[in-house]
Amino acid sequence: MKNKHLLKKICIHVFLAFWALVVLFPFYWMVLTSFKSYGSYNSEYIPKLFVSSPTLENYISAFSEVNLAGYFGNTVLFTVITTGVMLFVTILAAYAFARLKFKGKNIVFTLFLSLMMIPNELVVITNFVTITNWNLRNTFMGLILPSITSVFYIYLLKENFEQVPEELYKAAKVDGLSDWEYLWKVLLPVCSPTVVTITILKVIECWNSYVWPRLITDNEKYYLVSNGIQEIRENGFGRENIPAMMAAVVVISIPLIILFLLFHNKIMEGVKRGGTKG
Amino acid sequence: MKIVLENLTKVFPQGKHTPAVTAVDHFNFEIPDGKLVALLGPSGCGKSTTLNMICGLETPTEGKIFFGDEDITNVPVENRDVGMVFQSYALYPHLTVKQNIMFPLENKKGKEKLGKQVIEEKAMKAAKLVQIDSLMDRKPSALSGGQQQRVAIARALVKQPKVLLLDEPLSNLDARLRLSTREEIRRIQQETGVTTVFVTHDQEEAMSISDLMVVMKDGVLQQMDKPQEIYDNPVNLFVAKFLGTPAINVLHGKIENGKLVIGKNVIFNVDLPDQNVSVGIRPEGLLVDENGPFVCSLQKIEKLGRDTSVICTHEGMQMDHMRIVVPSETKIENSDTIRFSLKPHKLYLFDESENRIALEEDA
Amino acid sequence: MKKVRPWLYLLPSLILLGIFMIYPLFDVLVYSLQEGYNSASQTYSGIGFYNFSYVLRDPYFLQAVKNTFLLVIITVPLSTGLALLLSLALSSIKKVKELYQTIYFLPYVTNTLAVGLVFMILFKKTPYSDGFINMIIQFFGGNSVDFIEGPYWAKMLTMCIYTIWIVLPFKVLILTSALASVDQNLYKAAKVDGTSSFRTFTKITLPMIMPMISYLVITGFIGAFKAYSDEVAIFGTNLNAAGMNTIVGYVYDMLYGNSGGYPSYASAAALILFAIVLTITVINLLLSTKGDEAE
Repeated sequence: MKNKHLLKKICIHVFLAFWALVVLFPFYWMVLTSFKSYGSYNSEYIPKLFVSSPTLENYISAFSEVNLAGYFGNTVLFTVITTGVMLFVTILAAYAFARLKFKGKNIVFTLFLSLMMIPNELVVITNFVTITNWNLRNTFMGLILPSITSVFYIYLLKENFEQVPEELYKAAKVDGLSDWEYLWKVLLPVCSPTVVTITILKVIECWNSYVWPRLITDNEKYYLVSNGIQEIRENGFGRENIPAMMAAVVVISIPLIILFLLFHNKIMEGVKRGGTKG
Repeated sequence: MKIVLENLTKVFPQGKHTPAVTAVDHFNFEIPDGKLVALLGPSGCGKSTTLNMICGLETPTEGKIFFGDEDITNVPVENRDVGMVFQSYALYPHLTVKQNIMFPLENKKGKEKLGKQVIEEKAMKAAKLVQIDSLMDRKPSALSGGQQQRVAIARALVKQPKVLLLDEPLSNLDARLRLSTREEIRRIQQETGVTTVFVTHDQEEAMSISDLMVVMKDGVLQQMDKPQEIYDNPVNLFVAKFLGTPAINVLHGKIENGKLVIGKNVIFNVDLPDQNVSVGIRPEGLLVDENGPFVCSLQKIEKLGRDTSVICTHEGMQMDHMRIVVPSETKIENSDTIRFSLKPHKLYLFDESENRIALEEDA
Repeated sequence: MKKVRPWLYLLPSLILLGIFMIYPLFDVLVYSLQEGYNSASQTYSGIGFYNFSYVLRDPYFLQAVKNTFLLVIITVPLSTGLALLLSLALSSIKKVKELYQTIYFLPYVTNTLAVGLVFMILFKKTPYSDGFINMIIQFFGGNSVDFIEGPYWAKMLTMCIYTIWIVLPFKVLILTSALASVDQNLYKAAKVDGTSSFRTFTKITLPMIMPMISYLVITGFIGAFKAYSDEVAIFGTNLNAAGMNTIVGYVYDMLYGNSGGYPSYASAAALILFAIVLTITVINLLLSTKGDEAE
């Protein structure tokens, strides 16, 4: 009986460890390869799982031979602006739905909710045409505009706003706040955990966005990291310089990994509350 | 600052599933400067609505509110210069105690804007007044209910408001804390001299600390007076029933040939025409007396130390049983019946519309 | 002023949603019905269902439908089952549980394009090297295969493995929290009653987490039908050439890319996809509610 129990326990741990290895191995491989020199990588017919003489030359060429810094900068700019504007728009809408009384509120909110079911693929065609007609291809404006509104985040924040007791609003009024000040000085700080969650999820989404930027930019100057990766893969370094590609991939992955290490509880909590990928 | 309510009325309009409700119906009264006034009544009687209108959180449908001589009916809440303590305290959870207390001062704009130094001094003063100056850097969630209550009071007082409003401030505290906190509120009110309006459904709480009491029912003001005066001279059956623990005993009675009769017992002479009446007798209004006119059947005796409750029944009762409080040294024989004599000033007569019928003292 | 104010708060999102969500919904219908649309001159020759019939006869589209369906049928059950096994294993340990959970979630936050490139290299066979995966296959005595540019089954296998790797974090997260929220007293009661652990699983655990499993199956179907960037990550942007295109990929290619410039065909394909997803979701919902009634 005891032996059977022990065996079961060992099996479980082997299984868990195996999957952890499957998850982590690509990351290990990418870091490992990025430190191999071009010559040593190509001379390994059977790939080695360690690096004998690590080199930083791949990182140097990642920044010098292709426009990695440019992609990186574009993505940071895109992420910061999109997330910032998205937050502002979302906060205003959530506030209106949660705390203001007006005619037609329920109808408008139901409309908003039903928009959550619309797949992106259905609207992206027209948006592509719209942005093209507005001459906004290859501009940040064109990249950002359709990515600002998220009905799901409005919904999430509205729910949270509604949980704040009415008495807090009354107290703020007695303490001399206007409605506008109440929103920014009391309601938002009280709901800051949700705001942080939304921010992180949006940052991840922005950092990884690929489809829309691919449609809307064909000038390398405006590429985000995802498009940059494809560009590097197809035209950069020469097709075979895998270690340099891996260095670029490492650089691109680092910001999100750091974000994840810092906030993994918040991120997982946020995703649990209803975020699906993409 | 005295507060005057003139014909104050609040009607909540008809909703989809609810009829229109008159929460407050033509109130007229004056709260003198520096007094602590309790608005008392069962839930739904309009006392909180009245408080919210004084505060400015609700706009009256009709009528006016004056602070002193100034008509503030249409002044928005943020400019009314009132302090309010909410039932749930409504402390800002993301701010420390100190920041909570400083918050109202930091919101002053324009000419009234205060320097950081002044704000800190005033906050410290308010904190000392309610004795929480040692907790200044804590978040509200790290405080006990009583401490949160104090912070709420400090926050309400820090801007030296014209009027302090308290909405059921003790209802979230446990019984022991409630006693000490109400003393504390009384002390703070007397120290600051701020005109204070206090909403409660607990008559004992209201009686123990207020200068004046306003009893309300269904949006209508029933009686306003000093607490003892209302207790001794209720204007109607509702007020009589609402005040006092244990509650007043109510019996069916009638006046026949100038005599008050309860059941088969003839109690005393009254100079009134024949009619049916309700008789209210305070629990302490009966004395055990072998020769008394009021005959009850004895059910149970509860010895409570300080005094003794006699539970008994009488054929005229309007409730299940009567509770009579007698001094603990009273000797009670264990028999089926018990006789009482009555103290005339603890007995009230009400007509069929439940209004008080005045009794001549010598009757 | 008081009446206008709420609308001012809503204005930015209303405008943006109107332009980029609501208007396109109608517009996509219009596009799909305009025959012979020319994007340069923005003119069309007639109204009808030609776009749909063109798309449905296009071999690239049919290939994309086949790929997508295969991907859906293979990855949804496998990933859900694997996630369930992992979650059960996770819930049976105490130490290092949180560490494992965090590791398992890692693929969710990584850039699919970036990691896809790593997968491509691991699976690829080049003149210089057979690649890591082939090294393992050879170690166990198998023959090496080019998983990226080789036979169709090999490419599909790579695709499925990467997809499962990508979607697993979300499923494990949802299932572990579903398992954690099962009332522990139920297990205690079962233990007192001497229930075997298999019976405990089928009679207590599974029914309790069934709603979450069906939620994952439905979202899994929807997600897998919309697969696209994972394919690009492995096989590059020219998916038609690799024979690994998906329906969404077809839509984008029609819109823009090597064969682009046909918003009408793109719209028709997108609507067909939407119809497929809707049908499958409704069937799923019907099945899962029927299951509830049978309980």
